[in-house]
Amino acid sequence: MAEMWINMGPQHPMTHGLWNLRIKVDGETIVDAEPEVGYLHRGIEKLAEGKTYPEVIPLADRLCYGSSMTWSHLYCLTVENLMGIEVPPRAEYLRVMAIEMQRIASHLMWLAAYAVDLGLMTGFLYAMRDREVFIDLLQALTGSRLTYNYPRIGGVAHDMPPNFDRDALRACSYMEKRLKEYEDLYDGSKVFMLRNEGIGLLKKEDAMNLGVTGPPLRGSGVRYDLRKDMPYSIYPELDFEPKWHTDCDCYARYRVRMEEMYESCKIIRQTIEKMPAGKWRVVPPRNAPEGTGIGRVEDPRGEGMMYVVGDGTDRPYRLKIRSPIFVTVSAAPKMLIGYKVADVVAIMGSLDMCIGETDR
Amino acid sequence: MNLFQFSYGIIHWLVDLFNNLWYWLGDVLPWRFGDFFTAVGDFSASRENIVFFTILLEVLLVLIVAVINVLNFIWIDRKFMGRMFDFYGPYYVGYRIGGWLQNIADGIKLFVKEIITPRKADQLVFLLGPSIFVSSSFLALSTIPLSPDFGVATNESGDGVPAGVLVAFAFFAIAPFSILLTGWSSNNKYTLIGGMRSAAQMMSYEIPMLLCVASVFLLSGSFGFEGVVGAQDDIWFAIPLALGFVVFIACLIAEVEVQPFDLPEAEAELVEGWTTEMCGMRFGLFMMTTYLRSYIGGALVTALFLGGWHGPEPIPSEIWFLVKAYIVFVVIVWIRWSLPRVRVDQILNIGWKRLLPLAVLNLLIAVAMKTAGWF
Repeated sequence: MAEMWINMGPQHPMTHGLWNLRIKVDGETIVDAEPEVGYLHRGIEKLAEGKTYPEVIPLADRLCYGSSMTWSHLYCLTVENLMGIEVPPRAEYLRVMAIEMQRIASHLMWLAAYAVDLGLMTGFLYAMRDREVFIDLLQALTGSRLTYNYPRIGGVAHDMPPNFDRDALRACSYMEKRLKEYEDLYDGSKVFMLRNEGIGLLKKEDAMNLGVTGPPLRGSGVRYDLRKDMPYSIYPELDFEPKWHTDCDCYARYRVRMEEMYESCKIIRQTIEKMPAGKWRVVPPRNAPEGTGIGRVEDPRGEGMMYVVGDGTDRPYRLKIRSPIFVTVSAAPKMLIGYKVADVVAIMGSLDMCIGETDR
Repeated sequence: MNLFQFSYGIIHWLVDLFNNLWYWLGDVLPWRFGDFFTAVGDFSASRENIVFFTILLEVLLVLIVAVINVLNFIWIDRKFMGRMFDFYGPYYVGYRIGGWLQNIADGIKLFVKEIITPRKADQLVFLLGPSIFVSSSFLALSTIPLSPDFGVATNESGDGVPAGVLVAFAFFAIAPFSILLTGWSSNNKYTLIGGMRSAAQMMSYEIPMLLCVASVFLLSGSFGFEGVVGAQDDIWFAIPLALGFVVFIACLIAEVEVQPFDLPEAEAELVEGWTTEMCGMRFGLFMMTTYLRSYIGGALVTALFLGGWHGPEPIPSEIWFLVKAYIVFVVIVWIRWSLPRVRVDQILNIGWKRLLPLAVLNLLIAVAMKTAGWF
């Protein structure tokens, strides 16, 4: 066969969203690749300019269907930075607990999608089933299943419901058991290792130069986790280890996420143990002062950053969102070239694409 | 009474019935017309004619039984998959019989769907490829007997198709060719890659599989199903040829194209592989034929390695055969849903570097056992 361009997308089982990956193949070997994002642009940054500060929180939820809690939290963090609000400690603990639950749910959704990419249907349904546990917890906490609208500027919307701490602890111990089962199902499978080891190599230098963050970066041997390196909220008070691997391949990225789920269970336990009593919300001022606010968090997919400019009114003058996947996807050609068509799904799957936040 | 005698009786009765008409016409009509109809009656009463139609009827009966089994297979696949995945599987359509009617409902749905042919497709080949795929699988199926009495036989004593196993494998191996044709004629890049993968995959699994079959032939000293199964009266070949059994199952999974070797229709990377442009009942036939091929696979494993229709007495031998074939199918489904898909270069590695040496080793074991006079 001669070389030809193949459009994988915008409608393709591999994409998990709406984007296009153009690959040039020689037989089955990829010789060139060109990711195209932007099909799902909703103008969220511009929309935010017409809304008051609290009204943007549900909008920030819609940035990512996989982990909406992180984004609304990030937005609140940014606006608090702009307004100079001190958040009560109970709210911080509730937020961190919710974020870590969201991280587990997001990683489980990634695991499910990754399994179905590689053709492992059992893994897909098992991971989706266990994701339900955390979705249910978050529903009990916030009232909705995917777009929570839970953090508020100056705190969170509600306190924990009764018996929530007990359920959360149970879910953590259940999850740790299930994670071992996943390791049997995934790592224990020779075919899974064949498909993952040595596939999609992203060298440390390339990863750093291209601005890759999150699990792909930590899978490439860079120990960079904002929760440790640039702590926000109450992360300095918690005992956890950022996980990293030096293999640079899809398997390393998979391991990083699996181990992060263990760490998240640990963090949830600690937040529930240390949860202080007190208020969970302070009322913020209506208008923001003139100035800028910035927030950076470790999203399940990488480093999320927001930058907000206030002009003294009750609406943001400008809201800039830095999406981790928008940057990470630019490393796709580096990872793809030289591998087979069948590896596209493994490599792009290991990046955990979320088009909502990529195109904003 | 075997299937041949049964079908022969029916055909003979039908021929007698119609011969009343032909001979009456021969008597009534004048001159040459009467002679013509008398000749028609003589011809249809001849043994060659009756045997021809008898075999057609036998094939029809075997296929009807097989297609009913295939419906069961699809149902078992869905139910077993559901149990593996923590859901119920088909449930509502025919819920008193465990959702068995879901397959029929799906068939009806596919029947009423529009069949679209891509404008730039090669129309003739686009039609021909599926036809070859379906018909070659049906032909392979028709050679497989469920018992000495229930199989396509050529005379009253129930002798099966000569060299039936070879014929079955010959028909079984046509499918990659039709997949390549379909993939190329659809004028779509995904189908083209799927077809090419099918051709590459065939290279890797066909040879070890036939080497395993050769070892069975060697031990049984026969090419036909009766001889092969008859030789397993004392011990199933799966025990002395355990290595060959495993290699054969692995190759079979590649042959019937289920995971982990379903590269030609890898839905995650190639949309739906070589069936991307198929729709309506054409796709439905493909789906059914895929399960049909699983049925053939299960039946072949049963006949070659698991003692065919041999089993304790009160249960009929046909049931024994089907039970074994069903168990093999369930094992294939189990493997299918618990393993990821391998890559195209990896299946070549597995085929040439692992399965082929093991198959040769298995053949050597068979030769040694034959030389030692154990079989």
